[in-house]
Amino acid sequence: MKSLSLFIILLGLWLLMSGHYSFLITSLGVLSCGFCVYVARRAKLIDKEGLPLFFFPRLFNYLIWLFKEIFISNLNTAKVIISGKIEPETFTVKASQSTDVAKVTYANSITLTPGTVTTKIEGSMFEVHALNSDFGNDVRSNVMDKKVKWLEGDQ
Amino acid sequence: MDLFIDIITGLCFFVGSLFIIIGACGLIKLPDVFARIHAAGMIDTGGTAFFLLGMILQTGWSLITVKLILIGVFIFFTSPVTSHVTANLARQKNLMPVGKKIGKLL
Repeated sequence: MKSLSLFIILLGLWLLMSGHYSFLITSLGVLSCGFCVYVARRAKLIDKEGLPLFFFPRLFNYLIWLFKEIFISNLNTAKVIISGKIEPETFTVKASQSTDVAKVTYANSITLTPGTVTTKIEGSMFEVHALNSDFGNDVRSNVMDKKVKWLEGDQ
Repeated sequence: MDLFIDIITGLCFFVGSLFIIIGACGLIKLPDVFARIHAAGMIDTGGTAFFLLGMILQTGWSLITVKLILIGVFIFFTSPVTSHVTANLARQKNLMPVGKKIGKLL
């Protein structure tokens, strides 16, 4: 089941990237996608982590929210750099997600929003570096943590 | 209509280059490696996003649009990883960030 969905995703990607649809080239594409799935199966890469399908239903909503956050904090970072109001601070936050994929998503989301970077991870504790106390308060308010918890669903 | 799309594209490129220039200034101006990563992250997200958006508006609906979106997706997944690796390596070499430290660090 997981292999089949990986095959469909790979084939869709291949079809979009190629742009040539003659019989020979398409069959070569199907063959190479099949070979990739075989190698991934042999390497035992296809599991909950390698292909987190349980994210997909809520991913779109989350991405829209994340893009909005990234845009806002881009503006704020630009403002801080221009005005020179730099008071860096380092602190730890706790991630409430249960799966590793969700923790990685949370850490990556923190890093993607400019102004905050995850510098170290141990278990479910993240060490976060923020450019300013405003950015720090954004992370400490745990809004993003709850969003990723919601994205993860009941796992 | 073409003129309208051209104007929007120009605006996107303008905002994107503004983000990249401010990010480049930040790379020089900010005090240490951890703070500079924020400026680099700004170039990665704001700069590339607006440039890709402008280019997507110019190509219209075709396979090239899909490829541009895929470039965006790959940058979206790889840029936080590189930022985190840089910051994590600096922490492993026992570099402490300047500024306030709240609570016990890991």
